[in-house]
Amino acid sequence: MGRATRPPQSLILDTCLGAVFHTVLVFSLFLLFAGHNAPGGGFIGGLVAGAAFVLHYVAGGTGQLTRVAPVAPFVLMGTGLTLAVLVGMGALVAGGQLLESGVFSLDVPVLGKVKTTSALPFDIGVYLIVIGLVLALLGSLGGEADRPAGEPDDAGAGEGASQ
Amino acid sequence: MLALLLALHAVLALAAPALGRRLGPRVFLVCALAPGATAAWAATQAAGVLDGSATTQVISWVPGLGLDLALRLDGFALLMVALVSGIGAVIFAYSRWYFSPRPGLGRFAGVLTAFAGSMLGVVLADNVLLIYVFWELTSITSYLLIGFEDEKGSARAAALQAILVTGAGGLAMLAGFVIVGQAAGTYSLSGILADPPGGGVVGAGLVLVLLGACTKSAQVPFHFWLPAAMAAPTPVSAYLHSATMVKAGVYLIARLAPAFATGHAFWRPLVMGLGVATMLLGGWRALRQHDLKLLLAYGTVSQLGFMVVLVGAGIPELTFAGAALIVAHGLFKAALFMVVGIVDHQAHTRDLRVLSGLGRRMPGVAAVAAVAAASMAGVPLLLGFLSKEAAYEGLLHAHLGVGGSLALAGVVVGSVLTFAYGARFVLGGFGAGFGERAGGGDAVGPDVARPVPAFVIPAALLAVLTVVAGVAPAVVDPLVGGGAGALDAAAGKAHLALWHGFTPALGLSVLTLAAGALLVAGAGVVERSQARLAGVPSAAGVYSSALVGLNRLADRVTAVLQNGSLPVYLAVILLTVLALPGLALLTRTRLPGGVVVGESPLQVVVAGVVLAAAVGAAFARRRFAAVLFLGGVGYGVAVLFVIQGAPDLALTQLLVETLAVVIFVLVLRHLPERFEPSVWRLGQATRVAVAGGVGVFVAAFSLVAAGARTAEPVSGAYLEQAVPEAGGQNVVNVILVDFRAFDTLGEITVLTVAALGIVSLVQAGRRQQDQA
Repeated sequence: MGRATRPPQSLILDTCLGAVFHTVLVFSLFLLFAGHNAPGGGFIGGLVAGAAFVLHYVAGGTGQLTRVAPVAPFVLMGTGLTLAVLVGMGALVAGGQLLESGVFSLDVPVLGKVKTTSALPFDIGVYLIVIGLVLALLGSLGGEADRPAGEPDDAGAGEGASQ
Repeated sequence: MLALLLALHAVLALAAPALGRRLGPRVFLVCALAPGATAAWAATQAAGVLDGSATTQVISWVPGLGLDLALRLDGFALLMVALVSGIGAVIFAYSRWYFSPRPGLGRFAGVLTAFAGSMLGVVLADNVLLIYVFWELTSITSYLLIGFEDEKGSARAAALQAILVTGAGGLAMLAGFVIVGQAAGTYSLSGILADPPGGGVVGAGLVLVLLGACTKSAQVPFHFWLPAAMAAPTPVSAYLHSATMVKAGVYLIARLAPAFATGHAFWRPLVMGLGVATMLLGGWRALRQHDLKLLLAYGTVSQLGFMVVLVGAGIPELTFAGAALIVAHGLFKAALFMVVGIVDHQAHTRDLRVLSGLGRRMPGVAAVAAVAAASMAGVPLLLGFLSKEAAYEGLLHAHLGVGGSLALAGVVVGSVLTFAYGARFVLGGFGAGFGERAGGGDAVGPDVARPVPAFVIPAALLAVLTVVAGVAPAVVDPLVGGGAGALDAAAGKAHLALWHGFTPALGLSVLTLAAGALLVAGAGVVERSQARLAGVPSAAGVYSSALVGLNRLADRVTAVLQNGSLPVYLAVILLTVLALPGLALLTRTRLPGGVVVGESPLQVVVAGVVLAAAVGAAFARRRFAAVLFLGGVGYGVAVLFVIQGAPDLALTQLLVETLAVVIFVLVLRHLPERFEPSVWRLGQATRVAVAGGVGVFVAAFSLVAAGARTAEPVSGAYLEQAVPEAGGQNVVNVILVDFRAFDTLGEITVLTVAALGIVSLVQAGRRQQDQA
């Protein structure tokens, strides 16, 4: 672990990131939507997307992270939780039990007939919450790590934290 | 319809904050729609309900707990609705003039509406658990209302005191309801009352219920929260602390008394004794107050005691008198509080030593105050007189032996005190000054601004009703008779009358008035003797020292349990694991037969890597190395999942492991590079022993648990139902989002809360560091 202040940004990492970042995000969306029938789902998709944001954090710290993800983590988590609860309540309104899921077939213009379930928005809620969690952790713990850590007073703080 | 009216309250309560920003104080007029509509609808039902038929509505809610939304409008509920919604609408109209535009008014109107709905729920509910739900809602909304002026520390303290006292009583009441409900075999209130259970356990349950009723209705020794609650804006006091909420306890006692008073020997001495004590204490304290509002608050405590004596006796004549008093008190006390609000609003003081000559300046308000106070004091031709007559009459014929005579004597003395503080209120507030002027300040009165008529009309309306009902009892007789009849069929036969002839009760009334007048004349003597008794310890003092003691105890317990040492926390948790399930495992260990060590050579290799990484983690000296070794363990387990054909698990494990390492690294920067040796000499050995023990335990437990299966595994059913029930082929995902979606909902909630906790902890730590 580097005890020096953050080194200047790495050109190689930045270039690779430009190529990889969006691909990983798209892949995470694929995992989210495919999850009901193939490996994947909200948790896994969210973790993959979270890993993409971790890459940005490693490349440029919290400053770069807030530029790529300008949404406050708790807005994401709140939206996700609200979505999940609303879906659950929706089943009640539709006459079923709390969180019971229904299967729908939709006619989407380009894709044709698409079968989906009401569990999908629930899973999207999970996805958002996991991303929000990763961003919240990076923002708070990582924000702390961005502060110059090599200064002498840091040793004192370290002793306090290890109790 | 009943549920619809409750829903109307809820909708208006939610809409009020937004409306308040646009309408200002006029939002109260919109919110008045809810109680107004309720009162109007109740009036249309009155004819049938007062004849003895009840309007009911049942909506199933939690059938497993016996908790239904069972609503029932019978005669007594109608009487209470007339107070809660009728007087409620009047007070909403009054609030429109009491408040000047200020931020937060819409929220306040919303909470007041929510309170009106909750109180309506209490009196309509026909299920004791539902009563509890609404009961607590009134406690919570009243907390918010008392603490409305939240910038004042005294208001916050008063609100906290009110919710602690009534909340504690409410919890006791819930326990009592469960005991009584289990004994009766039903939680329906009408069902319990129709066939009341008996026995010692039910007696204990009733005591708990009474505890709840007594805290809510401010009976001795819980009376102290009510005067403190006068920190609330005056409309709140007029509504909650006179006409409605504090009557919830009276309401409950009135419901229960006819069914339980005779079957349980403790009931009458306890309930009537508390009532008399409360009546005397409240009256006595009221005579000491200089603040008009506090005077009324203690007067309310006194009158609540009176009501408890009457409705708690479970005797038809007294039940009838109690119903009459509930109506009379609702009218005169709400009017009196509104008068105090007008005085406060115009003169900016409520101190009766300072106010002088207000009667000449606002004769209308003074007249309202005089009529209402006279009704409270039991002056003839007013509603209060009729109810007091009925009370004396009932107590004279109650045949309760020595206790009955004591109760009668107590009520007469209490009524004398009531006359005296009623006179103190009128003479002090509107006369030519009362007692010594505090601090030699100037008199306030002759030059205050007159209130607008619309501000006075609500109070005047109630005063007029008091007079009309007092002169022509037939106006309220059906309501009171129908209300009492719903409690006790025999009580419904009594009637209010202006003239009973020369009866002993009339003699007592005359005696009360004469003695009260004497007490007013000797006000100086009374004040001096009050001052001499001021050193007696008060219930409020006991409350605050109990609170301080509780906080101190909590501090000490926390200091012991959470001493801040991570090794100690871990040791406690792990040793508990070893002590409880570990011992159970030792006593009945039966290793399953046919244990498969490995299914493929690859598994053995990966398991070896995992083991090596685990040992490495245990022996690493540097934290960073230990984290990397731990990561190795995690990745190895992920590979094991892949070999077993569980791609979802493996993926999750892999990603979580990666993120965990990254986050570990972030945290590690704040920790020393190397692990420190234990400060304790045997520390290292203890750690090794505990860790080894837990490791052995977990391994053994997994083996034994896997071999101890007795039921069909659920996985088979999940596999079969995944496609037909949930339309998904990935069973793991289907379990997460469908079969066990409720668990997932819980987990993501925990995730959110944990993230909030981490972020705030980090911020708090940063602030501390910056300050250091």
